[in-house]
Amino acid sequence: MGFGQLPYDVAHLLGGGMLLLSFMLLYQRRVGAVVSVLAAQGGLLALAAAWQGFVQGAPQLYLTALIAAVAKAVCIPLALRWTIRRLALARGVDTALGIGPSLMAGVALVALAIMVALPVTSAAQALAREDLAMALSIVLLGMLMMITRRNAILQVVGLMSLENGLVLAAVGVAGMPLVVELSTAALVMLLLVVAGIFVFQMRERLDSLDIALLHPHRGEHE
Amino acid sequence: MLTALALGLALLGLLAVVALVPAGRRAGLVVLAGSALLSAGFALLAAGALAFGLPEGVLVLPFGPAWGAMSLALDGLSAWFLLLLGLVGLSASLFALGGPGRGLVAWPLFLGGMGLALLAADGFTLLLGFELMSLASWALVALDHREAGNREAARLYLVFAALAGTCLVPAFGLLGALDFAAIRAAPPEGWRAVAVLALGLIGAGAKAGLVPLHLWLPLAHPAAPSPASALMSGVMTKVALYVLARLLLDLCGPVQPGWWGVPLLAAGAASALLGALRANLEEDAKVALACSTIENVGLVTMALGLALLFRGADLGPMAALAAGAALLHAMAHGLFKALLFLVAGAVQHAAGSRRLDRLGGLIHAMPRTALAALVGIGAAAALPPLSGFASEWLLLQALLGGWRLGEIGLQVVAAAALALAAMAVALAAAAMLRLFGLAFLGRPRSPRGAGAREANRFELAGMAVPAVLTLLIGLFPGLALALAAPGIRVLVGPAAMPPVVGLAIGAGEGHSAYAPLVVLLLLGLVLVTLWLVVRRRSPALAERGPAWNGGFIDPPPEFVFGDPLSQPSAAGMAQPLRRMLGGSLLAGREAVTMPPPGDTRPARLEAGFEDRAALALPTPAARLRDAIADQVERLRGLTLRGSLSLGFATLVGLLALLAWLEAR
Repeated sequence: MGFGQLPYDVAHLLGGGMLLLSFMLLYQRRVGAVVSVLAAQGGLLALAAAWQGFVQGAPQLYLTALIAAVAKAVCIPLALRWTIRRLALARGVDTALGIGPSLMAGVALVALAIMVALPVTSAAQALAREDLAMALSIVLLGMLMMITRRNAILQVVGLMSLENGLVLAAVGVAGMPLVVELSTAALVMLLLVVAGIFVFQMRERLDSLDIALLHPHRGEHE
Repeated sequence: MLTALALGLALLGLLAVVALVPAGRRAGLVVLAGSALLSAGFALLAAGALAFGLPEGVLVLPFGPAWGAMSLALDGLSAWFLLLLGLVGLSASLFALGGPGRGLVAWPLFLGGMGLALLAADGFTLLLGFELMSLASWALVALDHREAGNREAARLYLVFAALAGTCLVPAFGLLGALDFAAIRAAPPEGWRAVAVLALGLIGAGAKAGLVPLHLWLPLAHPAAPSPASALMSGVMTKVALYVLARLLLDLCGPVQPGWWGVPLLAAGAASALLGALRANLEEDAKVALACSTIENVGLVTMALGLALLFRGADLGPMAALAAGAALLHAMAHGLFKALLFLVAGAVQHAAGSRRLDRLGGLIHAMPRTALAALVGIGAAAALPPLSGFASEWLLLQALLGGWRLGEIGLQVVAAAALALAAMAVALAAAAMLRLFGLAFLGRPRSPRGAGAREANRFELAGMAVPAVLTLLIGLFPGLALALAAPGIRVLVGPAAMPPVVGLAIGAGEGHSAYAPLVVLLLLGLVLVTLWLVVRRRSPALAERGPAWNGGFIDPPPEFVFGDPLSQPSAAGMAQPLRRMLGGSLLAGREAVTMPPPGDTRPARLEAGFEDRAALALPTPAARLRDAIADQVERLRGLTLRGSLSLGFATLVGLLALLAWLEAR
């Protein structure tokens, strides 16, 4: 399988699309748009998983695709939207690192991911290699999002995007048991619950979602 | 045979599990008797392997770390030390049967860890056994943690064990491979070899108690229960020396230059001198014995360094002589020091104290223990025909051959080492004399000491094993060296011959030899003649009279056991040496507080000493620790985003490192 073959090209297209959406997450200036982009990324992940299921002839990946489509493309974005509306949050994105520098850092991270992933996996087939490089990039960009945004909701979005990258890596490798995906999906639901409680509590106590306000509440002064 | 040894190690692990079952006295019986049996099995197998041929090949275990299976092997060097482990393990386990069974989980683990380290055929297994040994012995040191001093000793011990681990892991990592055979095929060169030398010397030296990394030893050995201190002093320090010899002499191979022996020689000479001097000044029996351990570890290290020097100068027979001295002294010291620690345990059990100022006259109450002690003390003082004399004679012969080293610098180093070694041996003899005199001779110094009873059956059996072996090795050192011959070949090359002349031992192509049986015969002849002459010439039969009071008046009636001050005290006997050598070597101090005229308070003489390493080492170490703690404390103050960024930056840094390594 290499360039010019349909399975490779489609998988590449879907993974590349997810990577592109990760960059979009970084430069969106409104919270609502960020959540939309996350939903789109979840949808692409579902498509990528389904395609991999078709290519590898692994029916369990269709289940993964279904989980991704239902949870990541529909439920979680809806829940996030509902939270934003219910809490009447500010619609603007409050960044710790400006949009331009974040994008530059993102490009550097993608370069790093490719430099790491391609030589390490030289023995594997081309599809797995490219997929792994893109998945690692998405993971790194999710982390970057987590540390460059001040808003708690956006940190949750960064975590979700990171997890999308992990699942992309898992479905790209032939023979990965379904257990992994199921457990990561369960983990994400749990994380969402925790993050939701965290956000609500913060809102109630502090009237804001700026995590800077948390610092004096760790039992010690700064 | 390797399978049997591996099975023995597994059974020791099983015993540790058995010890967890709360079955009271019976659990102690099972664990200790099992340990004694397994130790005897180890000793038998090791001796059989040395005498009738070593097992070929390597036993690859079906489990191990991710990068390869663990493997066991038995060659001459490991068999020799395994023999020591078995013998001392047997006697210490027997001795422990006579007391309350304590530290039962750690005991078989300690034995098993040492066995694993000795049998290892790859770096991972060796380090695993070494660390298991450190951890299990730490548990034994910390057993009496209710006393503040023991807690401090255990903490210091753990710090030094960690230091040894952090130095040995990179030392084995720098060898380039884990499997010993692969390392021997491609030994390290250049800066890597020098780094292995430095790290190995620090790591194994910290565990063996080489100056200046000996601080933990005089604290930790007395803190452990006596059988455990016997094992620690007799075997654990030897396992550290085994690691040193394995790493520097065997694995790094004969390609290394001869000057590698100089640091070993210097560290060994310093340890020998300082340990022997401190053994003269300490007032606690077990602390004095621990200091004597430092001295003997130093002597063995000197012999190893000499073997390296001679091997580098292509002096095969001399190198074999030095290596033989190292192995024989390791065995001799392991046995007699274990014996002496067991004696100290029996004395503490019977007389209620380890302080020399509370003992005295025990030869009447505990005649058998005193006899065993006399054997051990004689060997430690290097008296013929005991084992200590044979091995130290070999060492001094090897040092006397130092002029054969071609370079003038090395010749001077060897001559200086000879002077220091001779001084250390003499000081050790003085220390042993003081120890025996204060504890066993004279009159009791405390009521508790006067009520002492002979040790029980198990304790006597535990002491008898090393005592008999000390005598046997002393009388037949040639046979012992013939057993050690495979080990000598591992250290200095396949063509080496042990320095043996029949039943005797010889040095320098037979120019000088030491035949203990002849010496024993002559000594016996002299003594019998003396006895006959005295009997013949004395006017009357011997009579027992009242002891001469040394010029003192009779004690007042309230002192039932005599005035304790009318006997020499431990500090009093130490005073001449403290004044002579303690000032420069040990930062000794002495101050007289004289009250002004008219004041009725008594004048006071305060005297003591402080180890210079204890003054110099911990302060910078503590400062470093505080600095690190401050930095770490700043990490705690990071914001939420700061913490996330830290993890992210670490990940990106590691990925960049990976990319760089891939690109190379």
